[in-house]
Amino acid sequence: MPAPGTAVPGIGYHVEVSGLRITAPRPDSGEAVIVHDVSFAIPRGGVLALIGESGSGKTTIALSLMGHARPGLRIAGGTVRVGGTDVLSLDAAGLSALRGARVAYIAQSAAAAFNPSRAIMDQVVEAAVLHGLMSRAEAEAKAVALFRSLALPDPESIGRRYPHQLSGGQLQRLMAAMALVTGPELVILDEPTTALDVTTQVEVLHAFKRAVREQGATAVYVSHDLAVVAQMADRILVLNQGRVREQGPASQVLKAPADDYTRTLVDAARPAARPAAPAAADRAALLEVRGLTAGYGRVGADGMPAVPILRDVSLSLRRGGTLGVIGESGSGKSTLARVIAGLVRPSGGQVLFDGAPLPPGLEGRAKDQFRRIQLVFQNADTALNPAHTVAGVLGRPLGFYHGLDRAARERRVRELLDLTRLPAAVAGRRCGELSGGQKQRVNLARALAAGPDLLLCDEVTSALDTVVGAAILELMAELRRELGLAYLFISHDISTVRATCDEVLVLYGGTVVEAGGRDAFRRAPFHPYTDLLVGSVPELEPGWLERRRAGAPVPSLPGPPGAGLCRFLPRCPVRLAGTCDRVPPPRRRLSAGNETLCHHDEDTLMRLQATRAEAAC
Amino acid sequence: MTDAAAPLARTGAPLAWARSLPLTGKLGLALVLLWLAVAALGPALAPHAVGAFVSPEVFARPGAAHWLGTDYLGRDVLSRLLSGARYTVGLALAAALLASGTGTALALLAAVGGRWLDEGLSRLMDTLISIPSKIFALVLVAAFGSSLPLLLLVAAVTYVPGAYRIARSMAVGLYQMDYVQVARARGEGRLYVARAEILPNMVGPLLADFGLRFVFIVLLLSGLSFLGLGVQPPDADLGSLVRENISGLPEGASAILAPALAIASLTVGANLLIDAVSGKGRR
Repeated sequence: MPAPGTAVPGIGYHVEVSGLRITAPRPDSGEAVIVHDVSFAIPRGGVLALIGESGSGKTTIALSLMGHARPGLRIAGGTVRVGGTDVLSLDAAGLSALRGARVAYIAQSAAAAFNPSRAIMDQVVEAAVLHGLMSRAEAEAKAVALFRSLALPDPESIGRRYPHQLSGGQLQRLMAAMALVTGPELVILDEPTTALDVTTQVEVLHAFKRAVREQGATAVYVSHDLAVVAQMADRILVLNQGRVREQGPASQVLKAPADDYTRTLVDAARPAARPAAPAAADRAALLEVRGLTAGYGRVGADGMPAVPILRDVSLSLRRGGTLGVIGESGSGKSTLARVIAGLVRPSGGQVLFDGAPLPPGLEGRAKDQFRRIQLVFQNADTALNPAHTVAGVLGRPLGFYHGLDRAARERRVRELLDLTRLPAAVAGRRCGELSGGQKQRVNLARALAAGPDLLLCDEVTSALDTVVGAAILELMAELRRELGLAYLFISHDISTVRATCDEVLVLYGGTVVEAGGRDAFRRAPFHPYTDLLVGSVPELEPGWLERRRAGAPVPSLPGPPGAGLCRFLPRCPVRLAGTCDRVPPPRRRLSAGNETLCHHDEDTLMRLQATRAEAAC
Repeated sequence: MTDAAAPLARTGAPLAWARSLPLTGKLGLALVLLWLAVAALGPALAPHAVGAFVSPEVFARPGAAHWLGTDYLGRDVLSRLLSGARYTVGLALAAALLASGTGTALALLAAVGGRWLDEGLSRLMDTLISIPSKIFALVLVAAFGSSLPLLLLVAAVTYVPGAYRIARSMAVGLYQMDYVQVARARGEGRLYVARAEILPNMVGPLLADFGLRFVFIVLLLSGLSFLGLGVQPPDADLGSLVRENISGLPEGASAILAPALAIASLTVGANLLIDAVSGKGRR
């Protein structure tokens, strides 16, 4: 078998696309071209990455490999050959024989791709049995083998479970098993890890890579994330607005991009550290959180709610400062912002704003307290009311807090649009008519309209493309310099937080496991969870994934840890039997100024993380 | 209703909006507009007075003198139809507005008013919904005698719980949206949140629901009139026109076919329009 990614002379390519042209009808008659004469070829067993921003046509092209055009689109020209079959000339019967059997598709959201009312195994083997490729028993045996090679827990019995009993990362791997069970010759992976946490993403990427290679399948990997693509692909094809900007071997495109657009992408993928704000020691704390506990459900006799989300969280943010809060989904980082904003009532602890305690819920807060703390949500699609115009959205806080009349409001709206680099013409548009980046700017502008001291930013760039997200971060840094705002910056992405924030706080399972200045987060020693986070951020370098996995994975302990014990215990690679599972961890101050919640002292952490780093090199 | 008009205005002038409807939607719109026009202008257009006996012949065939023939007493069917449509359309429209308006207002109150208000209102509506609507109407009419205000009230009360249920489930869902949370965190009052943040986003489905309720009320009122408990003679709504001419059924008199077709075209038209409008919203 030839090495992956090398074309065997004389055999030709496995997948060949030439002059592909896809169009969509425009409302004013005529057609808009979505994909402009795209051509590429992949040798058997090769992995090609399609990379671009949203709207670049990457998914549209990937779907055309199965002969599918999304409703409203039309494949207007070109040829698509998969293993000698001219896909575009197939009739309906030919296409259904192709799909699922010879070409398989792995979508972004596994949670949406599984039927919640059927057991996993039924869904995984369905395609193989339906196509008559093997008997049910053979298919199940194959599926179990795939589960094992995808490193799923309990490969023998996981098929009997239902989708809601499994985690997002497990479902994503099960979807890969579903796609691979028929032994397809071409696998299309459409942003398969975008919805996952960074620590989960690494495991899933690794499992995908191994499974696809074991099958000897050709793969097309669609993504907007260059660092992920660097791990998966032999060749990269860069798309922008339906045109090929550049294609070549992965290492060349990443290291020596020939095209300007590719260069922008590569630059945006490496966030540059912004200079820290001048650290004025005399500036008092603007926001102080002390021993905050919050959750959902009835509060028990011990003061803990039935479902605790935050446990004993303390933090302090000075005027004009930025504090980054990092954690995976479910770590309680969004709940923290909601508690400070008053949307969730804490069950214990105190929030002090500018020295005065904030009332725990919305009731009892003064209008000025509301004005000075503003929330900016992650998803501008849902954070802006689609029924309102931009002027209405921005005008409301102006009238509400500052009592401006109509003319003054209009003037201020123009200023705000200017401040957030939006054209004045968007004022009359409805929020639904803007692009993702524009919406996020309006979202920011609305918070600024109040004239706040503190912005609670909940994953403001997560839903945006890398380039657009970088521009928003740039804007936020500028606003901070000009207006002296303080940010509580919530994110799951440690590299963004390290680049934008002066101080960093790591949440795991609702507890602060590590807190300190951002410089402390550049070098070991870290808390073991921070170490895992730092080590899971893919680097823009082919081969990083293999090196990172040099250390053997830790078997995780079943069940949540007991009360008071380290929350990270079940997943901790360096846990101490007899200590970590018996005694609550102490807070330690390390020499870099950061505080950790861990039984290991600085030297031990340093030694453990140095060996891991060496093993990785 | 200025808020309600917003999604329609968004798609451009009313004419452009009408043109963008599918064929069935245009047909529905035409029928609905026709009946609204009849309700508004009918009595003025009617060639004869409602109760006037104009022909010695009963159940006459349609002809030049009487376009839709005559009824069981020799009255002009066209005139009675033109005058009767006002009761059916007007009463149903008023009752549907009352039912949807009350239901929506209560639903918004439940969504923003906290848990206890929500529970209280919802259980009250559950109680109302458990009373069979026709029996409820019959009992009230039997007790108080038939009058237009009573019919209006009966029809409205019957359909408030349904409207409330639909609106509440939407409002509670919308209440969780980020933009509502942002407004709450801004310190906005509950009424502002309900009126400005939640209501505008419910208008599309609410209009569809309103249309549906309108049709149900037309049928309820026609049913009551058919039983003789609705609009009282000599006035007649479409339902009573069907009932009083029932003896003409064996001979297929136009006196009974015309009002029956009128009810059918009104309800079918409204349904086609609703389907087209709510279908557009989905896409």
